[in-house]
Amino acid sequence: MRNRRPPGHRDGLTRRALLKTTLGAAAAGLAPDTAHAQEPVSDTTKRWGRLPNTLGARSPAENPRRTPSPTSSRTPLQDLHGTITPADLHYERHHGGVPVVDPRTYRLVVHGMVDRPLTFTLDDLKRFPAATRTCFLECSGNFGGQREETTPQDLCGLTSQTEWTGVMLSAIFNEVGAQPGATWFLAEGQDAAVMTRSIPVKEVLDEAMVVYAQNGEALRPEQGYPARLLLPGWEGNASVKWLRRMKLASQPFMTREETSKYTDPLADGTARQFSFVMDARSVITAPCYPQAIEKGWTEIRGIAWSGRGLIRRVDVSTDGGRTWKPATLQQPVLPKAHTRFRFPWQWDARPTEILSRAVDDTGYVQPEMSALQQARGRRTRYHLNPVTGWTIAADGRVRFGLQRVRV
Amino acid sequence: MNRLLTLVAAILVVAAVVVAQSPPRRVGLGTPATPEQVAALDIDVSPDGAGLPPGGGSAREGAGVYAQTCAACHGANGEGGTADPLVGAEPKETLPFGPDYERWRGGRPDVAFTIGNYWPYATTIFDYVRRAMPASAPGSLTADETHALTAWLLARNGIIADAAVMNAETLPRVRMPARARFVRDNRKGRAEVK
Repeated sequence: MRNRRPPGHRDGLTRRALLKTTLGAAAAGLAPDTAHAQEPVSDTTKRWGRLPNTLGARSPAENPRRTPSPTSSRTPLQDLHGTITPADLHYERHHGGVPVVDPRTYRLVVHGMVDRPLTFTLDDLKRFPAATRTCFLECSGNFGGQREETTPQDLCGLTSQTEWTGVMLSAIFNEVGAQPGATWFLAEGQDAAVMTRSIPVKEVLDEAMVVYAQNGEALRPEQGYPARLLLPGWEGNASVKWLRRMKLASQPFMTREETSKYTDPLADGTARQFSFVMDARSVITAPCYPQAIEKGWTEIRGIAWSGRGLIRRVDVSTDGGRTWKPATLQQPVLPKAHTRFRFPWQWDARPTEILSRAVDDTGYVQPEMSALQQARGRRTRYHLNPVTGWTIAADGRVRFGLQRVRV
Repeated sequence: MNRLLTLVAAILVVAAVVVAQSPPRRVGLGTPATPEQVAALDIDVSPDGAGLPPGGGSAREGAGVYAQTCAACHGANGEGGTADPLVGAEPKETLPFGPDYERWRGGRPDVAFTIGNYWPYATTIFDYVRRAMPASAPGSLTADETHALTAWLLARNGIIADAAVMNAETLPRVRMPARARFVRDNRKGRAEVK
């Protein structure tokens, strides 16, 4: 039997002794040391790897990255396999940069139409009965399909999914004694934009949370550390980050982000306001630009989601929309959550277009861009959720299906 | 009799579990927010003017504030630059959406959304400038400067006169061209694409 322990190792060895032993052995070139352990070796069975350490890291061979602009960064959807977005790859959208908030001095003030205006520390928030919810968060300005050289990340990387933990907003509102006439509240962040949105109380109270944890650990700074609002299924902007204040009132406040921004000018001459809910959408994340596929077996993979509830079905077309067949949904399907779909395919090496179309449990079918423009006109900048797909050339090269969204 | 007792006991156990699992209506967390604490954060301005501070200013006074703190990003006359345009050139009766707009625009390049053609409430200008502008030093303008700058933006969009003073009384009374166009979310759910 081969000895898989470093020289001198025995059960119950103290950390100090172990360190001494391994350092000594490493110096003699006999055993693993952290400096060399990450370099590839021709036969990994002949040399000890790195010992346990304090913080894990990705394999050096894996290099997923967000794509930043001055105001946002996008999740590399094509690099992800399940439905949870690693915290460091969650998309960012902020209006005044990422503030550095000291958790020790952090305070959340809740006032306005309440019986007891209260201030909560971060510890106070953590002492409330806790709740955990897995859901997507999507910026309503999440459409970037303007060129054939478009990746899923470019197209709709402003959506991510997280297991959030925090306190139900209803518990906080109980604590302050929200008054019956308080039908709206202002959520305000402590970034340099002092971001504000007015939120209707009744529509969110069953599901809204103030969260302090993301995938099991504290929120990332760019996700609102130390605490943010979370409104499952609603446009991301309304889930105000770095939450410093909530003010209950009987009317909306008509802040900039709910009047001149995040509103939808329509063909009938009106502008739709407070259009919070994200309608159903899907995207094929493989195959996609800039890949090339080979004749034969390809599994078409993607994600679908709806801010209205559950994804009921995802239809896939491999013939440019002439025929559609249902994809397999990865269970469990959660409400208001990214849902993974897969579709087996044999490519016959003929040029074609592959498409996906989500259907949710309200009966809503993800529309074509032409239908969206017919319903809304051509000037809406938000809530664009058209059917999209990828063209496959005879040589197997995959490009974004631009013609379908350019109507 | 035994069965009845068992049933009663079972109900009591279930009831006890339910009580134990539902948190009390109030758990006693948080400390009273003092009026000073609230006042330090309470910067929002509502369409009815609630929250507007004392002070005031006209477009004439605002011109200097604009040139000094805003023009670098928004253009000398609010036409836009690295930041959004604020002053719109298109006729006010033709708002930036709807069939009228499509006809007016014809085949021309897209026209910007501005304060004059798209902002429904004048109070939003004060609120937003006070909380977030100028980007190089957010929240650094005085109340008078913010009132005057708001007046300049409204005057340049042809909504008020250059001499009109904007303050806590006058600003909420300004009727914005786009005001009547804004409607609450009218998507009704279900299958309809809207």
